[in-house]
Amino acid sequence: MPTCTAKEEQVLWKSSVHSRGSYNAAIADQTANLAIRGLLLFLIGVFLALVLNLLQVQRNVTLFPPDGFASIFSSAWWVPPCCGTASAVIGLLYPCIDRLLGEPHKFKREWSSVMRCVAVFVGINHASAKVDFANNVQLSLTLAALSIGLWWTFDRSCSGLGLGFAIAFLATLTTQLLVYNGLFQYTSPDFLYVRSWLPCIFFAGVITMGSIGRQLAMYEYKVVQEKTHQD
Amino acid sequence: MTVREKLRQKISAGFYWHGLLCASYPVPIILFTAVCILTCCYPLLKLPLPGTGPVEFTTGVRDYMVPPQEPSGDPGERPDWYRGPPVAYIQQVLVKAAVSPWDNRLVPVDAFRSPLGRVFSLLDEIRNHVHSDSSGVRSLEALCLQVTDLLPGLRRMQALLPEHGCLLVSPGNYWQNQRELFDSDPDLLRTVQQYEPKGLHTSATLKDLLFGVHGKQTGVSLNSRNRVVTYTITMALRHYDVRFLGSLRSRLKQLHPSANCSLREEHMVHVHFKEEIGVAELIPLVTTYIILFAYIYFSTRKIDMVKSKWGLALAAVVTVLSSLLMSVGLCTLFGLTPTLNGGEIFPYLVVVIGLENVLVLTKSVVSTPVDLEVKLRIAQGLSNESWSIMKNMATELCIILIGYFTLVPAIQEFCLFAVVGLVSDFFLQMLFFTTVLSIDIRRMELADLNRRLPAEAGMPPAKPGPLRPRETPPPPRPSPHTITLQTPAFRNLRLPKRLRVVYFLARTRLAQRIIMAGTVIWIGILLYTDPAGLRTYLAAQVSEQSPLGGAGLPHLAVAPVFPGGDPTGTLNVLPQADPTPALSENLSQGHAPPGISWGPEDEEGWRRLSYRHWPSFFSYYNITLAKRYISILPVIPVTFHVTPREALETRHPQDTRHAPPLQTDPSPNALPHGAPVQTDLTLYKVAALGLAAGVLLVLLLFCLYRLLCPRNYGQNGVQHGRRRRGDLPCDDYGYSPPVSEISPLLLRGHNMDIECLASDGMLLASCCLAGQIRVWDAQTGDCLTVIPNHGLRRCSSSGGWEHRDGWDAGAVTDLETLGGAEGQDAGGAGYPVRRRAAPSRPTLFGDQPDLTALIDTSFGQQPPSQAPSASSGFDFGGLVERAYLEHEPSVSPVFSAPPPQPVQRRRSLGDQPMAPTDWDSAVWALELRGNLIAAGRSSGKLEVCLWDAVEGSLRCSNEDGVSGITALAFLNNRIVAARLNGSLDFFTVDINKPLGLLQYRGGPGRGSMPPSPCYSSDDVISCQLTRSVQCAHQKPITVLRAAAGRVVTGSQDHTVRVYRLEDSCCLFTLQGHSGGITAIYIDQTMVLASGGQDGAICLWDVLTGSRVSHVYGHRGDVTSLVCTTSCVISSGLDDLICIWDRSTGIKLYSIQQVLGCGASFGVISDSLLVTGGQGCVSFWDLNFGDLLQTVYLGASSEGQGVRQLVVLDNAAIVCDFGSELSLVYVPSVLEKLD
Repeated sequence: MPTCTAKEEQVLWKSSVHSRGSYNAAIADQTANLAIRGLLLFLIGVFLALVLNLLQVQRNVTLFPPDGFASIFSSAWWVPPCCGTASAVIGLLYPCIDRLLGEPHKFKREWSSVMRCVAVFVGINHASAKVDFANNVQLSLTLAALSIGLWWTFDRSCSGLGLGFAIAFLATLTTQLLVYNGLFQYTSPDFLYVRSWLPCIFFAGVITMGSIGRQLAMYEYKVVQEKTHQD
Repeated sequence: MTVREKLRQKISAGFYWHGLLCASYPVPIILFTAVCILTCCYPLLKLPLPGTGPVEFTTGVRDYMVPPQEPSGDPGERPDWYRGPPVAYIQQVLVKAAVSPWDNRLVPVDAFRSPLGRVFSLLDEIRNHVHSDSSGVRSLEALCLQVTDLLPGLRRMQALLPEHGCLLVSPGNYWQNQRELFDSDPDLLRTVQQYEPKGLHTSATLKDLLFGVHGKQTGVSLNSRNRVVTYTITMALRHYDVRFLGSLRSRLKQLHPSANCSLREEHMVHVHFKEEIGVAELIPLVTTYIILFAYIYFSTRKIDMVKSKWGLALAAVVTVLSSLLMSVGLCTLFGLTPTLNGGEIFPYLVVVIGLENVLVLTKSVVSTPVDLEVKLRIAQGLSNESWSIMKNMATELCIILIGYFTLVPAIQEFCLFAVVGLVSDFFLQMLFFTTVLSIDIRRMELADLNRRLPAEAGMPPAKPGPLRPRETPPPPRPSPHTITLQTPAFRNLRLPKRLRVVYFLARTRLAQRIIMAGTVIWIGILLYTDPAGLRTYLAAQVSEQSPLGGAGLPHLAVAPVFPGGDPTGTLNVLPQADPTPALSENLSQGHAPPGISWGPEDEEGWRRLSYRHWPSFFSYYNITLAKRYISILPVIPVTFHVTPREALETRHPQDTRHAPPLQTDPSPNALPHGAPVQTDLTLYKVAALGLAAGVLLVLLLFCLYRLLCPRNYGQNGVQHGRRRRGDLPCDDYGYSPPVSEISPLLLRGHNMDIECLASDGMLLASCCLAGQIRVWDAQTGDCLTVIPNHGLRRCSSSGGWEHRDGWDAGAVTDLETLGGAEGQDAGGAGYPVRRRAAPSRPTLFGDQPDLTALIDTSFGQQPPSQAPSASSGFDFGGLVERAYLEHEPSVSPVFSAPPPQPVQRRRSLGDQPMAPTDWDSAVWALELRGNLIAAGRSSGKLEVCLWDAVEGSLRCSNEDGVSGITALAFLNNRIVAARLNGSLDFFTVDINKPLGLLQYRGGPGRGSMPPSPCYSSDDVISCQLTRSVQCAHQKPITVLRAAAGRVVTGSQDHTVRVYRLEDSCCLFTLQGHSGGITAIYIDQTMVLASGGQDGAICLWDVLTGSRVSHVYGHRGDVTSLVCTTSCVISSGLDDLICIWDRSTGIKLYSIQQVLGCGASFGVISDSLLVTGGQGCVSFWDLNFGDLLQTVYLGASSEGQGVRQLVVLDNAAIVCDFGSELSLVYVPSVLEKLD
């Protein structure tokens, strides 16, 4: 009997030490995870910004660009980093808000669904760049319908909708301010054209990045949960 | 609502019958579908091949008019791009010049110096040619295409290409069109070659541009075979003036007659260039394709639990792809020609159509009960999902229909394709994919039949079968423990970083993949930039052969048979044109001056140029040809004959210096073969180079592979010296963990298979088939008490049983030999794991009355205990120790009622049995708590006996029930017994003991261990039936668990019920399983998990009775379930241990167990899992799925699988090897692991 007790005490002591260590490790891991997620989202944002910018540029591109790669960077250098930062912020914000509101987002939480969402997002951009619309109202209405459809298909959360609207509004405002201040210019002379599709694209982008961010957060959530449960 | 319900039922029924049909006639249906696909894709053959190759259209020169801007009439004849004036008319003057006769004094340079020199005079002629007639005076300057600056990037070529003037190029441009420069040029070849790009050829070189013919044809080289120099003067004209050109043509022909030239001059070829795809456009396209592939990858990865995962994934992709092809084909059939760029919209179409339905179908079919017939499974699976599939499809169609009303043509076309694609995809899913799925499932069942016993699949529950199906000894399998990891993110190995990197590289095969991708890209670039003229060749082939190609039509039109009413002009030409080729061949052989011959191949020499020739030519001046066309006029042939004297005169003094040794004069016969031989040689060179590169690549890949991939595929157990005992489990990396061997404490004594096992950490109670209960000290392994059954032993059918009149505790030793032999027999009689839960129970036991006859209610000795533990016959393992983690106040000794007469029987060795029924009753359930053992018997009798160190005595028994007790739970002072007839009895155990004598056992250091009361033999124990719930379940209760003041029962009637322990009130009836319940887990934190015969695992919230999650994990019954704080661990009849994430219900990984050891696992701590194998136990890291260590349990138990595994508190593991137990202390292992 005494041996048993001693052994149990030993085990208990050991486990307490272990748990304290793993708690610290979990905290460190959490920040590391956050950083990794942020970096990943940033990279995705930069990549998407480059690709989609290319799509927009192509609308007026000459057939024989002297160098194909030069046109990738034809816009101002600060646009992709800005998009990357914005996407990182959005991608981290979404799971954060989900956590604040309660349980994590559960609707269609799979990578295949996320991929589908990204594909639809690129498709919306593609359509806005390539398809010839009769007038701008038609273009903006179509894009708006597509964006709302994107949200309905892949998100369906009120927080996502609200955040999407808010960020799209802010981003459009910022862009307009930039344009007024002459920091940024559209290639297309049609001012209304640009203004009409911009919020829709922003909204769809916010939904997409939020979806990616939530999916990434699921991994971390799981890992952290396991870690904390080990204590 | 009713309409909807009706509709739903109808749809469900329809799908059901459809599923039956598909599964019944798989081959005809697949054939039918294939025929359908092929039929629908047939119209695709008529479509022009995709690609950006130029399209040609030929018209006659004679009645040429600039096509009108608007298309008018006869849309069938002329392509829709043929409207408006062309960008330019290209007029080429094809010059062939040769020094003839060849003189031996001449050096090779002479072969082209003076012929090239003739270009300057010819240029002057052309430039100065003026045609004057009634309408005015016209010169080339007026007609030609005026160009401005070159593109800024082409400064290098400024000296070579004309600027601010006529676009007229010739080889003379190398020397700025100045004869003096040409004459003073010491090395012509170097001048020509210095502008050629080094290395890979780009599409059109400057040499091609200026010479206007393919580089090999020019003959400007030192080792040219036939010494004929060919070049062109290329003019781009803005206006087409028949008369000017005609006069130029006749003038040149007159000045430089070509003797045997009979080139046809009646055709004008219009070449239309499609939109170019530059790198900038490719990047978004490639991105969409990458996203598409990621989507397909992530989708198909979800296909699980089928025979051939890859086969099904392929079928899914084939379904989607062929539905797309079908949609394009159908649209073409009905006259809709696709105008959208197919490559661009294709990924979006795939994404819209999606793979979801296919996955849903697979999941639904897979999750149907395994024991059904394949047909029925398919039908059920289909009908389960029919409603959602139809709903989704209707929604998608609606969305697309909305898209159709946007009235944007591009979107409308996309929507049209999507609608047809969706419908054809649905068609293919229903016919093709379902059938493939049924074939796959049938294959899986066949494979299963080979693996497991056939009786198990559909054993009727009531039928008394023969002996418990004896399993053949499990065949040695190559790797009994293979662990499949699903998410690499969970892997966080405790390995050095270096190894981790290498493992990462090896696991993802990154290097190989990068090399492969690089190769593919390289080949693509090679093909694209076209160094070997392959693409031109192909394009030429295609344009010549394709019936739709613009060039092909007119050629075909010059067929021998002509309709009568044709214009006379063509009739004039025809007789000449037809025999021309043969004629000219003959002529060139015979009379022509040697070297120069005009053949039909010279007619359209530009065809041999790279097809990016013209676009790049114009692009230098920032003129795009995309979506526009140029008209190429028939060439003007010009022949120069240069005499050797002239050649000598024009020779540059340095020419002779460069002259290599002169070749012998080539025979005239070689002339016609010259060109083909050359091309052949190039082909061989390319082939040899390719071969060498391929071999090199393979070698490189092999080296990298050996270097980076440590896996030894298919070489299990041969190379590893450490693998002493057959198969060792190894993890993903082929890493075999350390193997150690320890000698376990062997607990021998039972002479039949151990049926029930109960433990509380200090004591261990085991009951064998013979009904003998033994109590062991879990620390030392000593047998403390034997509670035998007495009576007759009839001979069993196996004939191995002797009549034995009971035996006492001391007689253990002499039984060892017998027990060993008999234990093996009994072990062969069937693994308890394999049994079906309740229905098979009477079957199993009813067939062995001889064994159960040994059971007697009288107990000679009693086992001791401190904490309770339960183990019933059919659920084993690690669940047990959870039951005594209860933290409840200890049993308060209440003297509530005068104790009923305790049934005291002391060592009734020779006694008569109490009742005849006892003879047939077997122990079905055993519980151990404190030092009380509760045993439930098949006769319905509940026995509670008190144990002390010396003797076991039956302290109390209750025989109220009539139906057999299938499960027992012992919690605090209550005992719950579940009976075969579905009723539930609650008993209360009252202990009357003198105050002050209360003792508590149990370590005070461990908070989770409730202090258990210790009963002494002086106490009077009574057991009262407090409440009996008669119809707790409709069918036999199979599982019973109690914790946290709740009693949970699971039954054959597919439901789980939750009762409160205090007042036996039924709180919830949980429905959700589609099969009988076979496993339940509940612990102190009110976590309730249940597993059923349908292979499903449900997690419930005990407080609300709601289902938290529901997963299908196993094929066949779930045999046991354990929850930790983060995971749910389940084992099934498929010998698979699955680890699930508790919060999300996602399967983290699974462990394949050896046959028969499926349910033997236990959880030591939250991160340590132990599983039983053949003569060994393995430790796994629960969080990462890593195999940590395998421990062999000595020689005696080798080859026998661990059937039950109980983890005790003091880091000991009890393994059940048939009739003997192994008590393994693994503290050293655990210390290392922790």
